[in-house]
Amino acid sequence: MSTSTSTPSWRPSELELSRRNVRRRATGRSVLIGIVSTIAFATIVGLLIVNTPGWESVKASFFNFEVGAASVPSILVGLWLNIQVLFISAIGVAIFGTLLAVTRSLRGPVFFPLRAAATIYTDLFRGMPLLIVLYLVGFGLPALDIFPRMPAMFWGTIALILTYSAYVAEVLRAGMEAVHPSQRMAARSLGLSHAKTLRIVVIPQGVRKVVPALMNDFVSMQKDVGLISILGAVDAVRAAQIQVAQSYNFTPYVIAALLFVAMSWPMIRLTDWLTARLAKREQIGGVV
Amino acid sequence: MSVLDVRGVRKQFDDHEVLRGVDLSVNQHEVVVLIGASGSGKSTLLRTINLIERVDDGQILLNGDDITDPGMNADSARSRIGVVFQHFNLFPHLRVIDNITLAAREVHGMSKADATERAMKLLVSLGLGDKARDYPDRLSGGQQQRVAIIRAVLTDPELLLLDEITSALDPQLVGEVLDLVRRLKTDGSTILMATHEMSFAREVADRIVFMQGGRIVEQGTPAQIFDSPQEPETVQFLSRVRH
Repeated sequence: MSTSTSTPSWRPSELELSRRNVRRRATGRSVLIGIVSTIAFATIVGLLIVNTPGWESVKASFFNFEVGAASVPSILVGLWLNIQVLFISAIGVAIFGTLLAVTRSLRGPVFFPLRAAATIYTDLFRGMPLLIVLYLVGFGLPALDIFPRMPAMFWGTIALILTYSAYVAEVLRAGMEAVHPSQRMAARSLGLSHAKTLRIVVIPQGVRKVVPALMNDFVSMQKDVGLISILGAVDAVRAAQIQVAQSYNFTPYVIAALLFVAMSWPMIRLTDWLTARLAKREQIGGVV
Repeated sequence: MSVLDVRGVRKQFDDHEVLRGVDLSVNQHEVVVLIGASGSGKSTLLRTINLIERVDDGQILLNGDDITDPGMNADSARSRIGVVFQHFNLFPHLRVIDNITLAAREVHGMSKADATERAMKLLVSLGLGDKARDYPDRLSGGQQQRVAIIRAVLTDPELLLLDEITSALDPQLVGEVLDLVRRLKTDGSTILMATHEMSFAREVADRIVFMQGGRIVEQGTPAQIFDSPQEPETVQFLSRVRH
């Protein structure tokens, strides 16, 4: 709905043209200042780093082109495992997180135990470091000897789902509570049950309100899938570690880092774009 | 037998008694209009009938069924009553056609094709046929309120509750909504409505019910209430709204 992008049906007046001219010149000046200061800043930082006493050895051990190039294929194979874990975890989190959010929003004394359990769960898992959850789930649960032998990536996925569901549940609950009560009233007045009201009216509107926050959690999960390496799964981080151990060079870590960034970059940009779009819609075209 | 039978209904919010023993019945095909100042209990009465508020005493019977009985399934009771709100309360994430057919499909077990056919017939007859695929925020207030009315009547409710349905509309949009209510009356709907539109109340009502302080002060035909009110409160209220 932005007015600046639509083509006007009239010829702009002299006054408007002169205003645009002034604005364009001001913008040009700002951009120029921005470019110059960015280049100056980058040059200074670059010079400072290059002139540190240890730069030569850091360069050799972190930015070695041959070692880096050689490590790419095996790290990519590892990254594929991360992507699979991410995909399955995201689905698991969507389901389990929604269940938790709905449970926490149940009303009435009958549901007190369920509601309390969900509250304790979200408190617990939002407070516990993911690393410790990974250890407890990855080494503790198999030790019970009641589960069939499962690969490390399986337990890693479970740990991710357990932790992230707690965060996502809270975000979803905030969204559901932001839906105006009159919507719930209208749905119930039509004879819809509590469950159908949640499914058809409250959850779809609530999710819409928290899409940027949910996507942020997803971006955060994209890098946390790298932590499953501590359970022994040969993912991108573990593959890089193996390369480092073989070459006595840290470049594979840098490569893995760049690949993780490349993996999450589209989602990060999409989140930003969507957040900006939602903000624009809510401000209805204001300039402030 | 009357469609609606309200017997001695009381409702209290904290220390404030909003309904102080209301008795009211509405017969089939009858249009009963509640008038009274803001805070007189009109809206609360409508909300208790629709089981959005629980009564603190008394009984409400819908075609003989005590819907205030704890054993009564509130959802099925609500599904027999159509409600239209002051602020429309359409679902903004659903298209007009899906707003209208939601209850038919999800509550009354009507097939999507049947529900859509019924809804389209109504929309087209009201000149809203081209809005079916739009989202509610693309419609004017008057159009939204008419969609809300269609949503409420699509499944032929036994009773229709209209709660100040023109109060949130621009004056030039009130007419199209009232036209639809006239049509519902002609079609034989049983309606209980609260309104501030006195001339419309006079025109459309079979019976006017004047409420004040959570009680029914006086009721009768529009001619009786508007031309020769008996109670001093009624006289006072009418003299205020006429100026």
